[in-house]
Amino acid sequence: MLKIKNINTYYGQAQALKNVSLHLAEGEIVTLIGANGAGKTTLLNSLSGMVPPRSGQIIFNNVPINNLAAHRIVQMGISQVPEGRQVFKPLSVEDNLELGAYLHYKILGGGKAEVKKTSEMVYALFPILRERRKQLAGTLSGGEQQMLAIGRAFMARPKLILLDEPSMGLAPMVAQEIFRVIENLSREKKTTILLVEQNARAALKMANRGYVLENGRLILEGTAADLLENKDVQRAYLGKDKKEIWER
Amino acid sequence: MDSSRQLFQYILSGLSNGAIYALIGFGFAIIYNSTGIINFAQGEFVMLGGMLTVFFLTVLHLPLIPAIVLAILISTIVGISFERLAIRPLKNAKPLSLIIITIGASIFIRGAAMLIWGKDTHAMPAFSGNDPLYLAGATILPQHLWIFAVTILIIIASRIFFNYSIIGKAMRACSYNSQAASLVGINVKNMVLLSFAISSAIGSMAGIIIAPLTMTSYDVGIMLGLKGFCAVIIGGMSSGLGTVLGGLLLGLLESLGAGFISASYKDAIAFIILLLILFVRPEGLFGKKESERF
Repeated sequence: MLKIKNINTYYGQAQALKNVSLHLAEGEIVTLIGANGAGKTTLLNSLSGMVPPRSGQIIFNNVPINNLAAHRIVQMGISQVPEGRQVFKPLSVEDNLELGAYLHYKILGGGKAEVKKTSEMVYALFPILRERRKQLAGTLSGGEQQMLAIGRAFMARPKLILLDEPSMGLAPMVAQEIFRVIENLSREKKTTILLVEQNARAALKMANRGYVLENGRLILEGTAADLLENKDVQRAYLGKDKKEIWER
Repeated sequence: MDSSRQLFQYILSGLSNGAIYALIGFGFAIIYNSTGIINFAQGEFVMLGGMLTVFFLTVLHLPLIPAIVLAILISTIVGISFERLAIRPLKNAKPLSLIIITIGASIFIRGAAMLIWGKDTHAMPAFSGNDPLYLAGATILPQHLWIFAVTILIIIASRIFFNYSIIGKAMRACSYNSQAASLVGINVKNMVLLSFAISSAIGSMAGIIIAPLTMTSYDVGIMLGLKGFCAVIIGGMSSGLGTVLGGLLLGLLESLGAGFISASYKDAIAFIILLLILFVRPEGLFGKKESERF
């Protein structure tokens, strides 16, 4: 479904991704783990056209997309849930969801009924959003804003969702609920998922496969089960989680 | 005329000028909210509206309505070309450089208008005659009513557009968070273009409805543009009620000051208010509420 071939991405002079190649098959959950500053967010932003790679190729369903503008990539069927939610705070929950379906209104012509059906699906996934639908997004709690951000991305009916740190800053209970919905999106809504997550253990438990990113390079890839067993991964990325689980 | 009638007269003319300032301020706010730049060429669209209408009326002898429609259309096209030719080609330009470009554009448009139409002042006939109406002892011209009607209509239309239509909401989304907007598939650049189109259309409309009262010439845009800028600063750069109130307040104070102090201080009053606001409450008199919601 998605093939990334040797992309190099820069911020000005600084190279953030070095010859990164990865692939995703339809229906998979793939997770990307790595320390802060390893380039995880940059990789997602390269995919979604926010920070286009300077060289290399990104092929989505046999179409090269590395030169497309961000809004065109959404049309291709890739939606990103950005780091830090980035909901439209002064707009209501309903309006946020409606804007998530923007391209169905404007370009694909899905029509109001179709959009309404999708928003019902989002409300079924996150019942709290239905209660709060008239409320301004900025007044929601962090967890609710994350739900809204995921719901908004889903409104575009993407084939692939890129999730950037969906559990960041959330209470463990809320994070668990978010993870449940992500699994649901994959299993029932048949959406392919690329997940960047600080909580490497939770991410690997949910994922089919994983990649480890270090200093802008992919250093390891494998099935989620293999990575969970891997000594280096355990030491570098799972150690902290073990302690957290033990304390809980 | 006793003093209470006089007061009423000043209030009336103040409010009608204020309505114009509010419309011009709207144009500033729409562009500011979608791009973060102050478009100092805004006043030139006001000038273009009036001058083009006069041109179509007196040179081409078109009837009033087609003349107005054409004038708005052409001003909008100028606004769109301005964005395409001078704003969009600059990638990653800082707002300050863009603001300086808008000043350049304003000088350019004014110069072009002077070359085409000369330096003369032109009169435009009022939309429905000059017979004054008498209201509580004050005289009111039919054109004043036109100004109030058109202003209210534009304010209502823009409220509906920005709050209920998907494109209006998309434009607001771009102003709140342009990255997130492009991640939901909104073409942010087109929204910027649209904001230039809308604000030049509103600006030219303002220039058209005020021209019968004040006459028009190639350089009316400077003063009107700055007054509109005052209005939007008082209103806290909002494209909502704040700017409307800011415009009305400015118009009122100006007219009362001109009436009771001296007519020659009319413009000075506007700029004293602007400076006071910038010193004391740079977020605007009505800016607080908007920003609390973020």
